[in-house]
Amino acid sequence: MPARRQSATNQTVIRHRRLLRPLVRSAGVRFALAYALVFGVSAFILAFSIWYSTLGLLQRQVEAEVRADEFALLEHQEIGGMGALTMAIANRMDDPSNANAIYLLVDQTGRPVIGNLDSWPRGLASTQVWYELPVRRQGVASVAVMRADLFPDGSHLLVGRDVQARAELRQILRDALIWAFGIMVALGAFGALLIRSLFRRVFQDVAETTRAISRGELSRRVPISGVGDEFDELAVVINDMLERLGRLMDGVRQVSNAIAHDLRTPVARARTRLEDASLHARSPEAMSAAIERAILDLDGITGIFDALLRIAEIEAGSRRAAFADIDLAPMLRDMDELYGAVAEEQGMKLITEINGPLPITGDRQLVQQAVANLLDNALKFSPPQGQIMFQAWRREQVVEIIIADRGPGIAEKDRVRATERFYRGEAARNTQGSGLGLSLVAAVAQLHGGTLYLGDSRSGGEAAPGLRAVLSLPARPVR
Amino acid sequence: MRILVVEDDKDVAAFVVKGLKEAGHAVEHTDNGRDGLFLAASENFDAIILDRMLPGGIDGLRLLETLRAQDNITPVLFLSALGAVDDRVKGLKAGGDDYLTKPFAFAELLARVEALTRRGKTDGPATKLAVGDLEMDLLSRSVRRGTQKIELQPREFRLLEYLMRHAGQVVTRTMLLEGVWDYHFDPQTNVIDVHISRLRQKIDKPFEQPLLHTVRNAGYMLRAEEP
Repeated sequence: MPARRQSATNQTVIRHRRLLRPLVRSAGVRFALAYALVFGVSAFILAFSIWYSTLGLLQRQVEAEVRADEFALLEHQEIGGMGALTMAIANRMDDPSNANAIYLLVDQTGRPVIGNLDSWPRGLASTQVWYELPVRRQGVASVAVMRADLFPDGSHLLVGRDVQARAELRQILRDALIWAFGIMVALGAFGALLIRSLFRRVFQDVAETTRAISRGELSRRVPISGVGDEFDELAVVINDMLERLGRLMDGVRQVSNAIAHDLRTPVARARTRLEDASLHARSPEAMSAAIERAILDLDGITGIFDALLRIAEIEAGSRRAAFADIDLAPMLRDMDELYGAVAEEQGMKLITEINGPLPITGDRQLVQQAVANLLDNALKFSPPQGQIMFQAWRREQVVEIIIADRGPGIAEKDRVRATERFYRGEAARNTQGSGLGLSLVAAVAQLHGGTLYLGDSRSGGEAAPGLRAVLSLPARPVR
Repeated sequence: MRILVVEDDKDVAAFVVKGLKEAGHAVEHTDNGRDGLFLAASENFDAIILDRMLPGGIDGLRLLETLRAQDNITPVLFLSALGAVDDRVKGLKAGGDDYLTKPFAFAELLARVEALTRRGKTDGPATKLAVGDLEMDLLSRSVRRGTQKIELQPREFRLLEYLMRHAGQVVTRTMLLEGVWDYHFDPQTNVIDVHISRLRQKIDKPFEQPLLHTVRNAGYMLRAEEP
C-alpha cells in the first residue's frame, strides 16, 4: 500500500511537471512573455515620462509666477516704500484671479502686517531660497511653494503660491497612470495570449500536416491563409518541400515499379527459353543454344543491376572522394579512335573536333562512361550513312562535350523525362537498351556540378531532328 | 597449374572447381577464410581465387592482407558480389591482382586466372615478342610477319602487344577493354570486335595461316598453330 501511495504522489509530481514544462517550453508562451515584457516596459516608460514632464512643467510655471510677483513687489517697495508695498499686496489679494497667491509681510518683530497666511511658516528661515512647506490659510491647511525676502528695516516679505491643487493633480495623475498601467498589463497579457494562440494555430497546421504525412497521407499540404504573411511564406516553403519529396517518392516508386517490370521482361524471356528447351529441345545443340540465350538474358539483367547501382553510387556523391585534376582531351581522343572505327564499320562517320586542353576536376572513369553512353546512343539511333558530330572544347568556365546525331531525336515534351531511370522514348521502344544510359550521364553531370542539355541537332532541311547532347562540366581554372 | 579456390557458396565453388579441372588445372578448395589462409600460406599455388565475404572470422580482404604481409606474392583474383567501384578499389589496394564481380561467366574467370599466372612468368623486361612468324619489337615499336613489315596505329600496336603477351590464352573483351583502353565498364557497342577485325585485316588477311582466333562465347586468342 505505501508503495502504491508513493507511486501515486510521484505520478502527480510528474503530471505537474508535465503541465508546467510544456508551458515553459512552448515557443508560443516564450514569445508571448517577451511580447508582454516589451509592452509593459514601454508602457511604464511612457507613463513615467508623462508624469515627470507634466509635474515638472507645473513646478517651473509656479516658480516663474512667484519670481515675477516677488520682483514686482520689491520694485513697489523700492519706489514707494513700505506703504506702496502694503497697498500692492492688498490689491493683489483682492484680485479674484489671484486666488492661489500667497503673501505675508511681517515687521521686524515677526508680527504680520498684511497677508493671507495665518503665521510665518515654520521651517522657512533663509531668504532667496525655494521652499515647499505646509501652511495654514485662514485656518485651512494647505501646501505652498514660497520664497522670502528681507528688507533693510528688518521686515520680511514672503511670496508664494498655493500648490494644494497641484498635489491633488499629482494624486489624480498617479491614480490614472496606475490604472492605465494596469490596463496596459492586461492588454499585454491579452496580446501575449493572442500571439500564442496565433503561433499555436500556425504550428498546429504544420504539425498536423506533417503528422498526416508520416501517417501516409502524402497529398496533405499546410493550409495557406491567403493573407500573404510570413506564416503563409513558411507554409509555401513547407509545401514546396513536400511537393519535392512527393516527386522523389513518386520517382522511387516509379523506379521500383520499373525495376520490377523491366526485370520481369528479361526474366520471363529467359524462363520461357529454358522451359521451352526443356520441353521441346530435340537435340543437345538446340538445348545448349537455348541455355546460352538464357544466359545472355540473365547477363542483361545483371547489366541493369550494375547500371542502377552505378547511378545510385554516383547520385550518393561518394565518388567525389576519387576526384582528381585531369585533362579530358587525351581520353576523348582515345574514345574517338575507339568509336570512330565502329562508326566506320557501320557505314557512319564520326566527325570529331577536340580542342584541348580540357582541364576539369573529376572522375575520369565516370566521364568516360558518360561520354561512352552518349556515343553508344548516337551509334544506335543514327541512320545508315549518318554523321555523328563529336566535339569538345572549353568555353570560359565550362568544358563542353557535344555529341549530335541525325537520328530520330527525342520529342521536346519527352526531354525532361529522358534522364529518368528506365524511361524509353517513342523511338527507342523497339531498340535494345535498358533506359538507364542518359540517367547515368545526367548523374555524372550533376556529380561534377555540370549539366546535361538535350536538344535538336537539326541545322537545316534534314528530315530527322536528331539529338544534340551537350555535357557541360565546370572547367578547372588553369594557373 | 595449381589453383586454390576459397569460396563458401557451394554451387559457385563446385562450378568453378569443375571448370578449372576440365581446363587441366589442379584445384584445392576450401569454404572458409581460416583454412584458406592456412593453405595459401603453407602450400605453393600458381593462383588463388578468393571470395570476399567468407565465414570463419577471416574475410577475403583480411586473408589477402595477412598473406601479403608474409611476402607471399601468389597472384590473387577476387571473386565477389560486392561490385561497387569502391569495393573494387579496396580489393586491389589490399594486394589483389584482379577483381571479378559475381555473377560472372566461367570463360571470363578462366581467362583472367590464366592471364594472372602468365603475368607472373613474364615479368622480365622483354624487348621482343614472337608468336609463330609474327614478331614485335617493343623498342623500335615495329611489327613484322615473316619478311613483311606491318604498319600499325599506336592503339592497334598496344592491342597486339596485349594479345601477344597473352599468346596461347583466351583474352576476353572485358580484359581488352581494361588492359588496352582502360575502360572499366561494358559499352553497349561491340567496340572491341571492330578493332579486332581491323587488326586481323592487317596481321592475318594477307597470310595463309591465321593467328588471331575467335573463341566462341569467350573472346580471342593469338596462337601459332591449331592445337
